[in-house]
Amino acid sequence: MPRIRVEVDGETFEDDVEPRVLLVHYLRERLGKVGTPVGCDTTNCGACTVLLDGLSVKSCSVLAVQADGRSVTTVEGLSLDGTGDHPLQQAFHRTHALQCGYCTPGMIMASLDLLRDNPDPSEQEVRNGLEGNLCRCTGYQNIVRAVRSAATEMRGREVTS
Amino acid sequence: MTEIGRARLRTEDTRLVTGRTRWTDNLTPAGTLHVAYLRSPHAHARIDNVDVEAAKDRPNVVAVLSGKDFAEEQGALPCAWQVTEDMKLPAHPPMAVDEVRYAGEPVACVVARDRYSAVDALEDIDVDYTPLPPVVDMERAVQDGADLVHSDMGTNASYTWVFEQGDLDAAMRDAPVLLERRFVQQRLIPTAMEPRAVLCEPDGSGPNMDFTLYSATQIPHILRLMLAVVTEIPEHRIRVIAPDVGGGFGSKLQVYGEEVLALLLARRLGRPVKWTESRSEGNMAVHHGRDQIQKVTLAADRDGLVKGLKVELLADMGAYLMLVTPGVPLLGAFMFPGIYKMDAYSFTCTGVFTNKTPTDAYRGAGRPEATFAIERLMDDLADELGVDPLEVRRRNWIRHEEFPYESIAGLTYDTGNYEAATEKALALFEYDKLRAEQSDRRDRRDPVQLGIGVSTYTEMCGLAPSRVLGSLSYGAGGWEHASVRVLPSGKVEVVTGSSAHGQGHETAWAQIASDRLGVPFEDVKVLHGDTAVSPKGMDTYGSRSLAVGGVALFRACDKVVEKARAIAAHLLEASEDDLEFGGGRFSVRGVEAAGLTIQEITQAAFAAHDLPDGVEPSLDSDVTHDPENFSFPHGTHLCAVEVDTETGFTRIRKYVAVDDVGTVVNPMIVEGQVHGGLAQGIAQALYEEAVYDADGNLTTTTMADYLLPSAADLPSFTTDRTETPAAGNPLGVKGVGEAGTIASTPAVVNAIVDALRPFGVRDVPMPCTPERVWTALREGGAL
Repeated sequence: MPRIRVEVDGETFEDDVEPRVLLVHYLRERLGKVGTPVGCDTTNCGACTVLLDGLSVKSCSVLAVQADGRSVTTVEGLSLDGTGDHPLQQAFHRTHALQCGYCTPGMIMASLDLLRDNPDPSEQEVRNGLEGNLCRCTGYQNIVRAVRSAATEMRGREVTS
Repeated sequence: MTEIGRARLRTEDTRLVTGRTRWTDNLTPAGTLHVAYLRSPHAHARIDNVDVEAAKDRPNVVAVLSGKDFAEEQGALPCAWQVTEDMKLPAHPPMAVDEVRYAGEPVACVVARDRYSAVDALEDIDVDYTPLPPVVDMERAVQDGADLVHSDMGTNASYTWVFEQGDLDAAMRDAPVLLERRFVQQRLIPTAMEPRAVLCEPDGSGPNMDFTLYSATQIPHILRLMLAVVTEIPEHRIRVIAPDVGGGFGSKLQVYGEEVLALLLARRLGRPVKWTESRSEGNMAVHHGRDQIQKVTLAADRDGLVKGLKVELLADMGAYLMLVTPGVPLLGAFMFPGIYKMDAYSFTCTGVFTNKTPTDAYRGAGRPEATFAIERLMDDLADELGVDPLEVRRRNWIRHEEFPYESIAGLTYDTGNYEAATEKALALFEYDKLRAEQSDRRDRRDPVQLGIGVSTYTEMCGLAPSRVLGSLSYGAGGWEHASVRVLPSGKVEVVTGSSAHGQGHETAWAQIASDRLGVPFEDVKVLHGDTAVSPKGMDTYGSRSLAVGGVALFRACDKVVEKARAIAAHLLEASEDDLEFGGGRFSVRGVEAAGLTIQEITQAAFAAHDLPDGVEPSLDSDVTHDPENFSFPHGTHLCAVEVDTETGFTRIRKYVAVDDVGTVVNPMIVEGQVHGGLAQGIAQALYEEAVYDADGNLTTTTMADYLLPSAADLPSFTTDRTETPAAGNPLGVKGVGEAGTIASTPAVVNAIVDALRPFGVRDVPMPCTPERVWTALREGGAL
């Protein structure tokens, strides 16, 4: 059984894993990182989105062994810098961009990658950028608002820092 | 500032945006065993043999069981709605024993020490099937000589339910305008984002075994009772918890075989057992929604006044009747007349068995189907007479001064103002401007045509007055329970029998309690979703939470205030009549300095050293509230679409929704409910369909095949409200959860048909995919 060394939300883990184990199952069932949920089995819904070395991936379509030597950030790792919730988390709350909240971790992680690519997206750019993340509750309108609101906030922080 | 009407940010968000969630699949107590199900690959087959021996030898496998192993203890899944005395109700085993009747029905299960081992071992279960003829077409299923889903019943018709009011023959006879239409409500898959999951933890042994069952359910209370009935495990030994639940939309208003089997496996093995479905098994095994063939006939005079409406439905039940399967189309029976006055109405519905996944409630449950038909007809009537679709509605709708109004279907609409909602919608939409653009595009023969669709809807929700449910032969009441506990420290706990799964009860209920008791919002905690915490409840569906459960809470708060008033009067040595209550404080009228806060009173009630005679210690109350009437939200939705006549592609250009949901507790939450409702209704119009092939195989088993719209597929909506308080409850609230879904589907399809009328198109079947629009254009004959 291969041994992997992965940094997850700032903590380093070493584990023996079956080669076929999905990253999302490793996170949830081995590490107890249950903040990242699973919504489908065909990589369509995006609920399980995490960052792998800073880029968003659907953790149901990555094997745990592929994360060996790399760094994973989940929604649980976003607010660990001591400054409170991440601007995206705050914006989702502030603009009512979640109802049941099941898609929210994936939406937030995908949005983070989207804003890294494009720090000032238009409404349509947000809609297109989040095409791989499905939500059944909100009709997306407030999710789009949240992402654009967080973008403004994050650009402001960069200017001041 | 009063809390009612305030856009409070949601308290439940804190855990949801940070991943500190409590989904059922997150829970894995020590020693948990994992279950995987083998499901039928056939729509209809006899099970000749199930060989589980090889699977038992796989690593980490604890047990492998087939339907025969459960036959003595599994009972039958419940149907709570015997809609007619002679309704055919086939036994529905949680796990198939002798015969499978839809693709996806469970036939065996593996219990293993981990999820992967359980799934692996399914491969080694060997099932011998003899395929039987599948019944996949509703219309053929009710013809003589049709193959049967349940051979012992002799028919595929479960029931025929009839409602008649007025002299329909007279209304139809010599009617100058008679519109006959056939509409198909396609089958939909509800697709809550959280797949189903269930965990059952046993405690103790033998007859003294207790069970805690966690499930991604909308109905912990109903589920507990039904589990007891089905398994004969005493009800008081079962505790059901619905932790965080990731959406339902009706699909988790169900008693599923996997829930029953989790209980039976936990009893058999004496260890916690957990099952979490994959999306592709869920698409086959979560109940589906809609699926009706509607034959409708509308009679009107040349002025456009509707005289009568005849509705004949075939409703696909699927293979079995589940919790409220047969009743869903009947909820629509009362809504086909919509907001319109007419002299006569007749409704006939036949529930039909097919070899498909059972249908049951899906957001709107019966009312979207009805609203679609009447709103499509009203647009066609306008076209027939050459008048504006809003004008023909105006001539027929109930005017605001006519409320309360008894509809032809026998409902009493308490309040409404269709004129006001329509005026507001027209202004936001810029109706005249868009009509002018439409005309211009028609003149120019623009390949991209503009269409405008109207939907002026009402719906019945806030389910439901118990006596009405009784008259419809439903198996339970429609009340809701709330209790309020003012703790010794002055903090407040609210317990509700409503079971939230995304609606924001923890916020809105705290707003109601804060408002009524005059305590800070932050001092209120709302508890729900656990039968040990919330002793009574009828749970969440049918846009009932606020209109029934919120009103129960409102009344429970007032009851607390009345108890506090008696204590305050005693302590202040004043007459109760001389006390005023405001801002959480009782004061003696005219003597402002003499007063007691609710926090001071609760301390006195806790200590109980000096209470008036006959007053029990502690400051709390319980109310079980049974509503007097349904609530009737209404509104006007306007949709503009651009249809590319060369490709058939439809783009929603503008969507305006003006809804009247009565008094609003939290406008932010209400707007969110409308957004999500619109998305689901639009999805039915444009994108979604559960497709079966001729052999009864579901071909849309994954999210790659079943098209759930993404952010890129939907427009930004313009929403607004009018506020006509409901007369039937002291809060003045109406339901909002389903209104958007009910209203939007016909608005979109009306818009597409409106765009294409010059091309001879009179209908496009749903979902209106580019291919279907393109085909309708070619068949229109005018291209």
